[in-house]
Amino acid sequence: MTEQLLKIRGLKIEGKSDEVWIPIVNGIDLDLKKGEVLGLIGESGAGKSTVGLAAMGFTRDGCRISGGSVDFDGVDLVTASAAVKRNMLGKRIAYVAQSAAASFNPAHRLIDQHTEAPTQHKLRVKAESELDGMELYRRLRLPDPDYIGFRYPHQVSGGQLQRAMTAMAMSCRPDFIIFDEPTTALDVTTQIEVLAAIRDIVEQLDTAAIYITHDLAVVAQMADRIKVLLRGDEVEEAETRAMLSAPREDYTKSLWAVRSFQRPAKPAISAGATPIVSLKNVSAAYGKSPVLFDVAFDIHAGRTVAVVGESGSGKSTTARCITGLLPPSQGYIEFNGEVLPLDYRKRSKDQLRQVQMIYQMADTALNPRSSIGDIIGRPVQFYSGLTGSAKRKRVEELLAQIELEPGQYIDRLPSELSGGQKQRIGIARALAAEPQFVICDEVTSALDQLVAEGILKLLSQLQDDLGLSYMFITHDLATVRAISDDVVVMKDGRVVEQGLKAEMFQPPHHPYTDLLLSSVPEMDPDWLTNLLNGRGVDNIGDAAVGKM
Amino acid sequence: MGSIFQIILQRLVLGILTLLIVSVVIFVAVNALPGDFAQAILGQGATEEAVAQIRADLGLDQNYFMRYFSWLANVLTGNLGISFAQMNFASNMGGDQLVGVVEQIAPRFKATMFLAGVTAMFAVPISITLGVLAALYRNSIFDRAVNITTLSSISSPEFFLAYILILVLAVLNPIFPSLSNVYEGMALGEKLNRTMLPALTLTLVVTAHMMRMTRAAIINLLASPYIEMARLKGIKPMRVIVRHALPNALAPIINVIALNLAYLITGVVVVEVVFVYPGIGQLFVDSVKIRDIPVVQACCLIFAAAYILLNLMADILSILSNPRLRHPK
Repeated sequence: MTEQLLKIRGLKIEGKSDEVWIPIVNGIDLDLKKGEVLGLIGESGAGKSTVGLAAMGFTRDGCRISGGSVDFDGVDLVTASAAVKRNMLGKRIAYVAQSAAASFNPAHRLIDQHTEAPTQHKLRVKAESELDGMELYRRLRLPDPDYIGFRYPHQVSGGQLQRAMTAMAMSCRPDFIIFDEPTTALDVTTQIEVLAAIRDIVEQLDTAAIYITHDLAVVAQMADRIKVLLRGDEVEEAETRAMLSAPREDYTKSLWAVRSFQRPAKPAISAGATPIVSLKNVSAAYGKSPVLFDVAFDIHAGRTVAVVGESGSGKSTTARCITGLLPPSQGYIEFNGEVLPLDYRKRSKDQLRQVQMIYQMADTALNPRSSIGDIIGRPVQFYSGLTGSAKRKRVEELLAQIELEPGQYIDRLPSELSGGQKQRIGIARALAAEPQFVICDEVTSALDQLVAEGILKLLSQLQDDLGLSYMFITHDLATVRAISDDVVVMKDGRVVEQGLKAEMFQPPHHPYTDLLLSSVPEMDPDWLTNLLNGRGVDNIGDAAVGKM
Repeated sequence: MGSIFQIILQRLVLGILTLLIVSVVIFVAVNALPGDFAQAILGQGATEEAVAQIRADLGLDQNYFMRYFSWLANVLTGNLGISFAQMNFASNMGGDQLVGVVEQIAPRFKATMFLAGVTAMFAVPISITLGVLAALYRNSIFDRAVNITTLSSISSPEFFLAYILILVLAVLNPIFPSLSNVYEGMALGEKLNRTMLPALTLTLVVTAHMMRMTRAAIINLLASPYIEMARLKGIKPMRVIVRHALPNALAPIINVIALNLAYLITGVVVVEVVFVYPGIGQLFVDSVKIRDIPVVQACCLIFAAAYILLNLMADILSILSNPRLRHPK
């Protein structure tokens, strides 16, 4: 148990940007013993994945290891030849990627990809390796373990793929696995089963691991020790329990405190008030496949309604129906008591103005070739007819509203801005129309927690100043807790529960809401164990959802 | 699987529809050529009466609609008509041994297909192999050498390449004959021997395009997470490219191959002339010169059908190369 497996000393990595090498990782030390799990956490850009890959002696294109050593069981992977490294990879060191859907080759069946490493490294013949694959699938609690391997990646769900990828990493029984955000792309209920499966198999096979994540609650369940990174530097490292109960550094403390922002919920609406937006039994379909069934809820002036659910539950489709991008097949939408035309092309300019959207990926929602001034100026001109200096003045006002210095940003391109700043531009563009109602579609999901908190605070401030109403689509219950007044829970295109936030977070719940709430990882390192004991092994994730 | 058959059926119907539209375009274009057969054959000193007589004999005095539909009806029954030159010859010289356009084109078409087939057998494997190797050793000396060689060969005029090959492989080192006058009934070995120089010339012409597309399609995928995953499994670089990248790069490669094969069937007049190869291209050019409309129309129709058919096959193969369509959920 005390045998040293991996010893990284003074690891420095540089990345190429505009033909100049700039440092990404500035000298990291890392130790891992046999069978130990180390959690590596930090925000995006902290260098977590880069360090994880470097622990395999690997760098992505455009990066290079510029100093230090990566000693794996006596071999320095920095100086080792490609052939020596290739002989280690897959066999003694394995990797589990963030998105299993993208990391499985779409052209081959799961089992063929599973058996590739053992057969190529000449550890096992194919037939033997297939049987072993089925055994691993069984231990990772995949459904139909004897047959699921013969499917192609697109025929298997995300959570199952992630477990199949863990099985693939185990195929050569490596000494050491790198898990690079393996559950970040998954829904909370699916995340639990993957976490449980990974934890069990790592324990059973006594595999050492580096577990990379930005989610503190997840790392608390998985790791023996935690190392915190910030912009390529180590902040601190400690045993998991010690780190959670008594973080030493200010940065770590701030990470721990992120989830504290909470907007006081407004009281219940008085009966009889006209809602600003009201969905009347809306059903919708993509082509012939129905996706929404009888969705009905109200959004009142000056309030935030959080629409919660897993991917595929119909949240974004509901937004598309309200904006008129997808005309409902049945039902209709009222705005301030008036029926809106179903198709946006039939809506008046004023009706269009009243409903605006902010998108999840600010990167793709902003035209990369337009300056900030043009991006915000266009809706200003379109809706209010301002041109020239009047338009510029209005754009400057809007930039000030989203807390970006107008003179400094108005002539820049989106690519010169950070993720949080881009999202603020998305907000300003929505505000340019002077709407009463704004749909926020997962606006904080792509952002780091500290940045996300800033966006939530800004949205909350704007609501107070301008009297906006929000429909806040999210799968993150912490965000719901922070910003919403009312909550709508969706599943499979239907509303399963709705009410005031205060009521939603108090039992009794609809069983699905209960499952969602209890699946959100907590900072307590015993949370997963306790939860699994409470639910029983066969009653987590997909299995539990299926029983609803 | 039902959906795949549906898609293929849909493409087939679309292909036939395209061919029908193309037949109109061909007819209009051919008839828009200045002058007609009567003027072309009789020359400048022709009398009005003689020209009118020949026109009446050939049916050129009927209106466009009549002529289009009677042509179309004949084509649909497999009758491509009779060459004007043949008819004129027969009416002047007597004798009723009229050879239809079908009989006239058939041996030429077979020869063209033979040349295209031999070329494809060289060019396709060579381009894909070179493309894979260039992708594997990208930015190396090898990659650059392959790129420069294939690009220079595609940039040189075809006849220039042909003469160089004749010089090197027929004159200085007499390995292959410089004339490729193949005929039906010739033994296969001899036929191959005589076809070798034009086939090599065409291989040099089409390789660059296919090779560069193979290289680009593979390199495009090398940043994919599943390629990184394969590398992190310790798979050898060659296997990463051939097993992990190539199957996912097939669709664009298949399409470029189809385009080049279509070119081999329809666009090789210059090479045929240089090597005196009795292909369809030369017949086509000769017929355009004397406004021999039935032959020109038949050739155009064959070229159009070749393009449509090859693109159709490329479409279908691309669909089949996509596992999402081959194995629906």
